[in-house]
Amino acid sequence: MYKYNAFDEAFLAERNAQFRAQVARRIDGSLTEDEFKPLRLMNGVYLQLHAYMLRVAIPYGTLNSAQMRALALLAEKWDKGYGHFTTRQNIQYNWPKLNDIPDMLDALGEVGLHAIQTSGNTIRNTTADHFAGAAADELTDPRPYAELIRQWSTDHPEFQFLGRKFKIGITGSPNDRAVVKAHDVGLRMVEKDGEIGFEVIVGGGLGRTPMVGKVIRDFLPQPDLLPYLESVLSVYNVLGRRDNKYKARIKITVQENGIEKIRELVEARFEERRHEFDGTDQQLLTDIKTHFTPPALRAGPTEAYEAAYEADPVFRAWADTNLAEHRDAAHAIVTISIKKHGATPGDATAEQMRVMAALAEELGYDELRISHQQNVILPHVHKNDLPAIHARLKENGLATANIGLISDIIACPGMDYCALATARSIPVAQEIATRFEALKLEHDIGHLQIKISGCINACGHHHVAHIGILGLDRAGVENYQITLGGDATETAAIGKRTGPGFAYDEIVPAVERLVDAYMGLRSDESETFLETYRRLGMVPFKSALYPEAQKKVA
Amino acid sequence: MARPFTPKVITANDLLEGDVIYFKADNSWTRELAQAELIVDEAEAQLRLLEAEKQNISIVGAYLADAKAGENGPEPVHFREDFRRKGPSNYSHGKQEAAAHV
Repeated sequence: MYKYNAFDEAFLAERNAQFRAQVARRIDGSLTEDEFKPLRLMNGVYLQLHAYMLRVAIPYGTLNSAQMRALALLAEKWDKGYGHFTTRQNIQYNWPKLNDIPDMLDALGEVGLHAIQTSGNTIRNTTADHFAGAAADELTDPRPYAELIRQWSTDHPEFQFLGRKFKIGITGSPNDRAVVKAHDVGLRMVEKDGEIGFEVIVGGGLGRTPMVGKVIRDFLPQPDLLPYLESVLSVYNVLGRRDNKYKARIKITVQENGIEKIRELVEARFEERRHEFDGTDQQLLTDIKTHFTPPALRAGPTEAYEAAYEADPVFRAWADTNLAEHRDAAHAIVTISIKKHGATPGDATAEQMRVMAALAEELGYDELRISHQQNVILPHVHKNDLPAIHARLKENGLATANIGLISDIIACPGMDYCALATARSIPVAQEIATRFEALKLEHDIGHLQIKISGCINACGHHHVAHIGILGLDRAGVENYQITLGGDATETAAIGKRTGPGFAYDEIVPAVERLVDAYMGLRSDESETFLETYRRLGMVPFKSALYPEAQKKVA
Repeated sequence: MARPFTPKVITANDLLEGDVIYFKADNSWTRELAQAELIVDEAEAQLRLLEAEKQNISIVGAYLADAKAGENGPEPVHFREDFRRKGPSNYSHGKQEAAAHV
């Protein structure tokens, strides 16, 4: 993975020193809050409901063990002993003190991590497929391009004051695990005539006006990536609305102007821009690629794995849900669930972070990933090491076998932490997980994605959930709307609202009625919730959700 | 017709700690809502907010929040202010943690 060079280190150290001085000037009164706020946001510092929050970028979701240990150190030394992994492959600390944040940033800098552009109207952390470099279905590892984008976009003078934030997602696989169609720009690596390039998707996004992105260029040669991205950003920067915050994202620019016009403008700008690139970016890319040389995977038999799989039903259940196919047959991709039943989705303690770091270091080629689904991944594990890994995870409350199941819920921090939230998300997720664990139905139900957002901004991706839950404030009371049929993959779709919302104490029973209905309606055990919904549509689920309305009609 | 004025407290976050604070009648700040000044007059509320904002060097984002008179002092009206008064519901952190240590 990418290792900072002397330039990167000096840049980050200088930036952190600048921020330390800005904090000092705010505290001594030289800066007002109005002056300080944009500066702190540029460095990932929010002021939330109960405290400051520091959002640290985990570039394209990739970490090594030293970096994971640094995250643990921050949690323990300057926070309350835990961190919260987010849907944008970041980690958030919920309780830092303003005075401590410069020290936290310095500690991050020592392991090549930062919080730059994790907020503000800038290009944010580029997210990537969390199985990148390991997945069996991958064309090529997208992370060198994500790192190139990180370096290009960090402090890019033209894009520090965009109309609104700008998010880029990238995948190297035809199976989209990075929700690229819900990004301002989505990049999907594709092959054409033996050459690998990008399909460029623009104008996707969730939030108030959810949209599936549209293809603006079906094949972009690799060397054109940065000039083309600059052209998209440049057109958006000029054309994007600044009169209304809620209409400022590029999805609205695309909607209002039409994809054809945007494409025309981008292509014209691209003709100008590409000549300004003298090949330096390609030299840089060549260097970056050397950092992403695949690890020398160990060969050898996998009989210990097969024996454990036969003998231990708990291991087998975990292997069946939490392992994914690696490009090397003797290896597997391990997803560590940070969704123990009843726990806060995405929260890991400092101790758990250290355990995961140690496993990566000892048995996982020193690599970890954070997924947008708020779990942690060991991307390369020899199958014979899986029983030992499972045992260590079990000892530390990390062996929950629920990946892709009903309790593998995405939940934003909601009104328990977030200043923007209109309702709580976390307790709803906790109760759904606890309820279905008590029913012992989760494995029988099969693949089902529930995603919960505590406000219309949709950090919890509820629009692309099979069952989406949106928490709102209705006349001073928490109220939860349900959407069905959303899809976060390459067949991306926005879920449809079922009807009136549910009170806080009604939402979990409502989800249970939906799931009961599905169990009765599915053609057989292999038909997933989403497939049943697509086959039958909204009607049978609606009658399960609103039995009272049915009675009135009858 | 304009909506009738409802009682308010002034609340903000502390600059250094970031935690929730409330403005008292003596122009100092408290961590406890019950000790806040309950303002019942609309014009007075605006003046008190200006007074509170004089301390912007050490506080952030002062605003008027709906409150009602309770037995032991002001109480929240909206659930958001109730969470700000207590802390998150998933861990015993924030003000509820401090209260438990008394």
